[in-house]
Amino acid sequence: MVDFARQPSAGRPFPPAGPNPNERYRIVSQPSENGGLQNDLLEVSMGPQHPSTHGVFRMDLVLDGETVVKLKPVFGYLHRNHEKLAENMTYLGSMPYTDRLDYFCSMTNNWAYALAVEKLAGLQVPERAEYIRIIVGELTRLQNHACLVGFLLQDLGAMGTPLMYAFREREKILDLFEALSGSRMMCNYLRFGGCRIDFPEGWLEQAKKLVAEFPRFLDEFEALVTGNEIVLARLQGIGVLSPELAINASITGPMLRASGVDYDLRKVDRYGLYDRFAFRVPLGDHGDCYDRMMMRILEMRETLTILDAALRDLPEGPILDPKSKLRGFKPKPGEAYGRIEAPKGELGFYLISDGSANPFRYRVRPPSLINLTILEDLCLGHKVADAVVILGSVDIVLGEVDR
Amino acid sequence: MLGGGIIKGLIETARNFLGSYHDPARFVTVQYPEQSRVHPENNRNFPFLVFDGDDPAKGLRCVACKICEKECPPQCIYIVPERDERGRPRKHPAIFDIDVSVCMSCQICVEVCPFDAIKMDQVFELSGPDRFGRLLLHKQDLAKPNDYYRAIHPSEAVAVDAQLAAERALLEAKAKTNVAPKAGGMPPAGTPAQPKYSIT
Repeated sequence: MVDFARQPSAGRPFPPAGPNPNERYRIVSQPSENGGLQNDLLEVSMGPQHPSTHGVFRMDLVLDGETVVKLKPVFGYLHRNHEKLAENMTYLGSMPYTDRLDYFCSMTNNWAYALAVEKLAGLQVPERAEYIRIIVGELTRLQNHACLVGFLLQDLGAMGTPLMYAFREREKILDLFEALSGSRMMCNYLRFGGCRIDFPEGWLEQAKKLVAEFPRFLDEFEALVTGNEIVLARLQGIGVLSPELAINASITGPMLRASGVDYDLRKVDRYGLYDRFAFRVPLGDHGDCYDRMMMRILEMRETLTILDAALRDLPEGPILDPKSKLRGFKPKPGEAYGRIEAPKGELGFYLISDGSANPFRYRVRPPSLINLTILEDLCLGHKVADAVVILGSVDIVLGEVDR
Repeated sequence: MLGGGIIKGLIETARNFLGSYHDPARFVTVQYPEQSRVHPENNRNFPFLVFDGDDPAKGLRCVACKICEKECPPQCIYIVPERDERGRPRKHPAIFDIDVSVCMSCQICVEVCPFDAIKMDQVFELSGPDRFGRLLLHKQDLAKPNDYYRAIHPSEAVAVDAQLAAERALLEAKAKTNVAPKAGGMPPAGTPAQPKYSIT
C-alpha cells in the first residue's frame, strides 16, 4: 500500500477563506461615465518576453486594480512542429528531439519515448538497464525539483540566492550526465531496449558521493526558505487547487499530489522496476502554492532513498536488448502508449506504427501543458504578483508546452 | 518570533558565503577563460572525420556510403562521393560538409557509422565573425588524425582500434585462404582472378 506522508501541512492552520477558485470573480467596478481611468478594467499582456513567465509564454490579464479578473494563457511561441517532424523521421531520429521537449529533464523524456517504442516493438529491457534508467531518471527529478523551487523563489523576489544554490547542486548532477552521456542537457542517452553506453569508470562513486551529500543541501535549503515569513505569507493560501478540479482537469504530478490526490505513476503503473523500491509518496493538504513547493522538497528526499537503493543494488549484466537495432528499425503495425512519472507529471508518448520506418502517428502528452490549462482558475481573485507565483508553482517548461 | 525564519535563512546564506572561502563544495565557479574545466571522456560537441596515416586526403576512413547523411535527424550532413573517369563511385568522399549551425550534437551519425569514420569532437570555441561560412565545415576542416581521436576519447579509441585491427586481420586471413587454393593448383582457365572489391 501507499505510504502516506502528510508532512507539508502538518500543524498549519488552514488558510483564510479566500475567493472560491471555482467561481468566476465578480467584477465590482463599472466603467466610469466620465471616462476616468480609476474604475476601468485594465488589460495587460504579460509576456512573452517576461522574466517570470519561464520562457516565451504570454498571459492576457484583465485587471481590476491589481486583482486578476480574467486570464487567458497564450502559448505557441516556441512551437516547432515536434510531432509532425517525428512522423517524418525514423524512430531513432526523434529520440534526440525528445530531449528538447522538457529541456530540464531530457533523461525522463527519453525514457517515456523509449518505453512507448519498446511496447510497440516488444523489446525487453535488461535488468541493469532498468536500474540505470531509474538512476538517471531520479537524478533528473532531483535537479528539476531543486531548480523549480529556486525559480519559484526567484519569482517571489528572492533574487539569486536560492536559485544559485539550486544551480550549484544541479551542476553536479549535470556533470554526472555529461560524464555518462556526453552532453549536459541534451543527453540522448536511452535507446530502445536499453541504454547507449554503460557507466564510465568512477561514475558510480561520484554518484554515490552526490547522493550522500545531497541531504545537506536539502537541509540548508529548507532552513533557508521553508520557515521564512515572507515565503509563508506569499505562498500559503495562494492559488488553491481543489482535488476535484485537479482530477477533472487531469492534472498530474506533484501539482496533483499537492492537492491531496494520491496518484503517482511509479506506484500505479509500476513501470520499470519501481516495485522493487520502497519510497513514500508525499501528499499535500491544501493544494496551495506552499504545498506545491513543499511537495518538491519532500519528493527530493524520497528520490534520494530510491537512488540510494538503486546505486547499492545495481546488478551486472548487459545494458541493451540484443534484438534492438539502430538502423532499419521497423516495428510491427500497432499502437502503444508509454507513460512515466516525469518530474512535472505524467509524460506519455502515443505511437501508431504502420510497419514502416517512421511512426504513422506520434503524439506527446505533455504534463506542463495540461497542468497549465487551469491557470485561470487558480489565479482569479488574486493579485498580479500572485499570478506570477502561481505560474511558478505549476512548473512549466515552454519547450514542452509548445512542442 | 516574527522574523525568526528570515534570520535562520540569513544564517544559511552567511554559512554559504563564508564556506565558499575554504570549502570547495561551496565554491564551484570556474574562471573561464582563464581556467577551463577538464572534459570527461564522453563529452561530445560536433562530429569530425578520422583519418589514418599522415595524409588527410588519402587516409580518410569515410567511404562515402551516405548512411550518416540519411540517418542524421536535422539533415546537416552533405556527401558527394568521388567518381572515377567512368562515373562509378569511388570509396571516398569528394565533398563532405557538416553544417554545425544545424547539427544538434546527437551522436547518431557516430552510432550508425559502420566504418568508425566519424566521431564526436570536443572543441567548443567555434565562434567567428562570419555567420554562415565559418560554421559550414568542409572535408579538410573535419579531417583529424586518429591520434587526436585517441587523445580525446582514450578508452573508446582503444576499443575501436582493436576492432579495426581484428577486422583487418580477418580480411588478410581471408585473402590468404583465397590465394592458397590457387597456389595449390587448379588455376582458373583464362580469366585472371579479379578481387571483388578494390580498396583504393
